[in-house]
Amino acid sequence: MMMKGMAKKKMSDTSRLKLESHRKGSDHLAGYLSISPWLIGFILLIVGPMIASFYLSFTDYNLLSSPNWVGLDNYRALFSDGRFLKSLEITFKFVFISVPAKLIFALAVAMLFNTGRKGSSLFSAIYYIPSIIGGSVAIAVVWKQLFGRQGAITQILSMLNIAEGNLIGNPDTALLVLIILVIWQFGSPMIIFLAGLRQIPKELYEAASVDGATKVKQFFHITLPMLTPVIFFNLVMQTINGFMTFTQSYLITGGGPLDETLFYAVYLYETAFEYLRMGYASAMAWVLLMIIAVITLIFFMTSKYWVFYQDGGRY
Amino acid sequence: MRKNKRLLGDIIFYIFTIGLGLAMIYPILWMFASSLKPASEIFNHAISLWPSEFIWENYSEGWAGFGGIGFSTFFKNSFFVTSIVVIGTLLTGSVVAYGFARIDFKYSKILFACLMGTIMLPVQVTLIPQYIIFNKIGWVNTFYPLLLPGLMGGQPFFIFLLIQFIRGIPRELDEAAIMDGANKFDIYWRVILPLLKPALVTVALFCFMWTWDDFLAPLIYLNNASLHTVTIALRNFMDSSGATSWGPLLAMSSLSLLPQLLIFAFFQKYLVEGIATTGLK
Repeated sequence: MMMKGMAKKKMSDTSRLKLESHRKGSDHLAGYLSISPWLIGFILLIVGPMIASFYLSFTDYNLLSSPNWVGLDNYRALFSDGRFLKSLEITFKFVFISVPAKLIFALAVAMLFNTGRKGSSLFSAIYYIPSIIGGSVAIAVVWKQLFGRQGAITQILSMLNIAEGNLIGNPDTALLVLIILVIWQFGSPMIIFLAGLRQIPKELYEAASVDGATKVKQFFHITLPMLTPVIFFNLVMQTINGFMTFTQSYLITGGGPLDETLFYAVYLYETAFEYLRMGYASAMAWVLLMIIAVITLIFFMTSKYWVFYQDGGRY
Repeated sequence: MRKNKRLLGDIIFYIFTIGLGLAMIYPILWMFASSLKPASEIFNHAISLWPSEFIWENYSEGWAGFGGIGFSTFFKNSFFVTSIVVIGTLLTGSVVAYGFARIDFKYSKILFACLMGTIMLPVQVTLIPQYIIFNKIGWVNTFYPLLLPGLMGGQPFFIFLLIQFIRGIPRELDEAAIMDGANKFDIYWRVILPLLKPALVTVALFCFMWTWDDFLAPLIYLNNASLHTVTIALRNFMDSSGATSWGPLLAMSSLSLLPQLLIFAFFQKYLVEGIATTGLK
């Protein structure tokens, strides 16, 4: 960390002293002073609320009267709450379909652009636009109209005889409409993949083709292994974000029809801020935290078996 | 023979990328086109990207808002919140990042681990108690709950990004400044901050986009219509309007995306480099 052994001959005693104390480095006051904005926020907005939320999850707090201790009742009730179990199922389904689909699509297009044809950077910029605005209310308005009863995409699909009728109002297709919205935003992982692809040394491919390896073989034995750190990063981030998805389901489908798009975050919001069941919702929040923690842990623990680090180091 | 194969590859490539590109931007083009269509056409000629006549009144009608409050108020609120959060994030975030990257203090490693942990923390875990606290101290229906995080270093991911960037700045520069008699604050202000500019631009751009788009926090904290941000106003507009006002609704939706699209147009390079090097959204 410290730069040692630098040749500095002409140096006054005072500045040498200063420099030595700097290299030894510790300055608690200046350190705490500079991180104080974050530290205060961390204590007041994160640690405090987390303790409070953990406590509330064992109470029946409803914002209006003071909380009563109910022990594990909230957690027990969760697992016999049909809507909760439904929201769990829907969210898992949503995450495990949309995240791999988005990443596979992003990788495929990134590889196409990596052939270095003219206009690739212009196209990749255009493909990136949906990632910027995809989470906005405006796009939710558009999606609601496009896939609605008389929407443009509904009409195109019915002309092509692919699907008929209101795609958002149909319990079988509503989730798909939201998954399409996620895949539509494949631009940002695509750009990360492109950056990753450009770092793969060309010599590897040259050596492989001298050895007579086919393109398919090269993909599975060079490209894919070399990209695993980037895939890993994307997988973790997109999965975590997927579990917290709120805005688009809340606005486009309202969790419906028949709770077929009732995402975890939507049900949690309803419970807390529409029914004011703060205690119960806090229990839901902690279950969500546990789910995300376990999944992240699984990713990290399995990573040594499938994530390949070129320098042998950690990501 | 080889040349022909190459040409065929090129043709397939361009047909595919242009076709996919059109499909990708169709929803956006559709929104702008439909914001100028007469009400009936939004449904009857839904697919078309060209209004038969241009109804500019959709914009003036939408701008007038609803419930007696115009979109000028909503845009003003959004710009106010977004600019305070962006400026706050740049100032406090860079100081915090400097502390973590350059100053060795007690428990700095543990606190850095805490910072990293909060990147993955679901907002839902802290949302409810935060609401209860802000409700108790009378901050519901004020902008403070939206502004506060921006004054406390901003999103932990941004702090992390700045830390990484500062770690890449050679320490010799700090040491040269110390020999010139600089203290820790001088190093931050005269050495680190000027060199941090590219990272600060990236943070500012993403911070602007995310704050501008933010829906959950304004939904929870702002009940008073005169405080609503554009996102909440659009939601209410969508809920309250029947089939007749789709034109004005889409007009205001288009306007709400304009700041982000303009930023994209002007700072495209920074954004693309930003995600490529850091894995931002």
